[in-house]
Amino acid sequence: MIKITNICKSYNNTQALQGISLEVNDGELFGLIGPDGAGKTTLMRILMTLLIQDEGQAEMNGLDVVKDYKRIRQLVGYMPGRFSLYQDLTVEENLSFFATVFGTTIEENYELIRDIYVQIEPFKNRLAGKLSGGMKQKLALSCALIHKPEILVLDEPTTGVDAVSRKEFWDMLKKLQKQGITILVSTPYMDEAGLCDRVALMQEGEVLSIDTPARIVENYSSTLLAARSDEMHRLIEDLRHWEKIDSAYAFGQFAHVTPKDDEMEAVELEQYLMHKKHNNLQVHEIAPGIEDVFMALMSGDRSY
Amino acid sequence: MRTIKYILQKEFIQVLRNKTMLRMIIMLPLMQMLVLVFAATYDLKNVDVYVVDQDLSDASRGLVNHFEASPFFNIHDASFDLEDGMNQLKKEESDFILVIPPDFERSLVRDDKVGVQLLINAIDGNKASLIYQYTRSIISGYNKEVIMKWKSLPEFNPPMRVEFSDSYWFNPELDYKWYMAPGILSILVTIIGMFLSGMNLVREKEMGTIEQLNVTPIKKWQFMVGKLLPFLVIALLDLAFGLVIARVVFNLPIEGSLVLLFGFGALYLVGVLGLGLFISTVTETQQQVMFITFFFMMVFILMGGVFTPVESMPHWAQQLNRINPIYYFIRIMRMVSLKGSGFGDLIQEFFSLTVIGISFLSLAIWRYRKTS
Repeated sequence: MIKITNICKSYNNTQALQGISLEVNDGELFGLIGPDGAGKTTLMRILMTLLIQDEGQAEMNGLDVVKDYKRIRQLVGYMPGRFSLYQDLTVEENLSFFATVFGTTIEENYELIRDIYVQIEPFKNRLAGKLSGGMKQKLALSCALIHKPEILVLDEPTTGVDAVSRKEFWDMLKKLQKQGITILVSTPYMDEAGLCDRVALMQEGEVLSIDTPARIVENYSSTLLAARSDEMHRLIEDLRHWEKIDSAYAFGQFAHVTPKDDEMEAVELEQYLMHKKHNNLQVHEIAPGIEDVFMALMSGDRSY
Repeated sequence: MRTIKYILQKEFIQVLRNKTMLRMIIMLPLMQMLVLVFAATYDLKNVDVYVVDQDLSDASRGLVNHFEASPFFNIHDASFDLEDGMNQLKKEESDFILVIPPDFERSLVRDDKVGVQLLINAIDGNKASLIYQYTRSIISGYNKEVIMKWKSLPEFNPPMRVEFSDSYWFNPELDYKWYMAPGILSILVTIIGMFLSGMNLVREKEMGTIEQLNVTPIKKWQFMVGKLLPFLVIALLDLAFGLVIARVVFNLPIEGSLVLLFGFGALYLVGVLGLGLFISTVTETQQQVMFITFFFMMVFILMGGVFTPVESMPHWAQQLNRINPIYYFIRIMRMVSLKGSGFGDLIQEFFSLTVIGISFLSLAIWRYRKTS
């Protein structure tokens, strides 16, 4: 269990974390979601005892991150955002190095990493620096798991990895969770938020909301409309200039539109856009996704 | 114990896989020993003399013959014109001008004394003073001969005088290479040790691997040993390699004990590696390490007495050398290899190096933190 109480941290004059409090339950897959610079990495580095907070407390399985840092290091597996294994050592050398410094062997905990490691085992004599992005990820995860940690902390593990590898990676995390490991993972991708048990939406060093992905979406009360036409750029501009619209932003092929009046129907929007001479119009009401909620939260709308 | 073994193994693998590093480790001793030792010689040979003999007498020719007979001098040109000689001196075609005045022989006979003039190019002060000394000894030799001949003293009743004969100890033939080789070897060991250790730790920072390493339960001392021992071994191997070259190529005598030499080498390296590690704990990139290491190395080497005797430095510089590890190591290298000094002769150096080693190392350990 991870318990974070009112953590503050600033670098020079920049407040990186402004009183973060959250709890991650045992065996939970918890996601920290937020854009770059939200403070996700800073928070994780504090938890990993690599950084000391200015204020507040944090506990990992009851151990204080400042006082008991030595025991925490034995207990937690960490995968930094940047690939930080030895590029000039082979896959196998990296793994046995980290096993050894944690006072264990590959054989001893092979069970835990088998599913992941078998995928890179054919390349075990290849230098880590010569692996593809997805394989590097798997190796880093293996190294973080080799000492059988109770808690796993992953900092943006899927950034820069292709869609297939990303999916595989999340499947692996789910499997690890089933083995009772508490997992804290950060990601800038909203679609990955839905895969977590609970998420904390973070922005500019603050937690905007903590809940299950489903409930976060449920609590979003505003109506959401999707619109598209031949001229998407002009469409969004037009919508933003209409006084009845609260926000409009591009989302894939559509523009997601939040009207100020929740009662607004798709027809009304369509008429307005036809009046603006848009061709091939499509307008319909949609159910909001987590990304919509996040966009709403970021723009300061807390009406949900 | 298993941990430390594996850490060492990892460091060695990394050094061996780094082709550039490996090449440097092998090329550096070769280059330094085979090129630098020869280049940094102070042996005075082939000094070009310009003779302005305005007397052209028996006596003046006798003096010139003395110069010609010396292995150090080489009569480059001669004329009656001092102006021409000065031009050659300015163009650096001649190193010095010997001017014999027109009434040389006459004054010698009549007044029993005469002067000659030496004009020496003193851009290189060291060389100039060496030329002066050599010239003096040639002229005094000539003097002696003149006295013997002109006074025609009876053979069995020679004039009273002090004869001196010299013998150069520890380097009987004044082979400058014997003096330089141990000094160059000290530089070699310093470069290898300081750069390798400094670059290595900061490389882990640059690659981000330090982040992963810091969350492991590796103990500080294990980490430090892992960063020290491999480079200590490599630097000592290079010292051995360099000594073999010095022995084979320059026939450098190694009078003292090799065990003592390598023991001191290890002690010295602890200090050097400690400083390298310390530099890498206060820097973020390999570039910064290069700059700072280079600065320290320049100062240490030039102050340490490789090229110029420490005894002729100003007093404050000599005091400053008390904290200069390379100063002690150069002394030790020269004393052990040329003189055969034993541990008893080097007690003071031993204590100084120990203190320096402990200080630099403590500084590095103190600065290295797993938490930023």
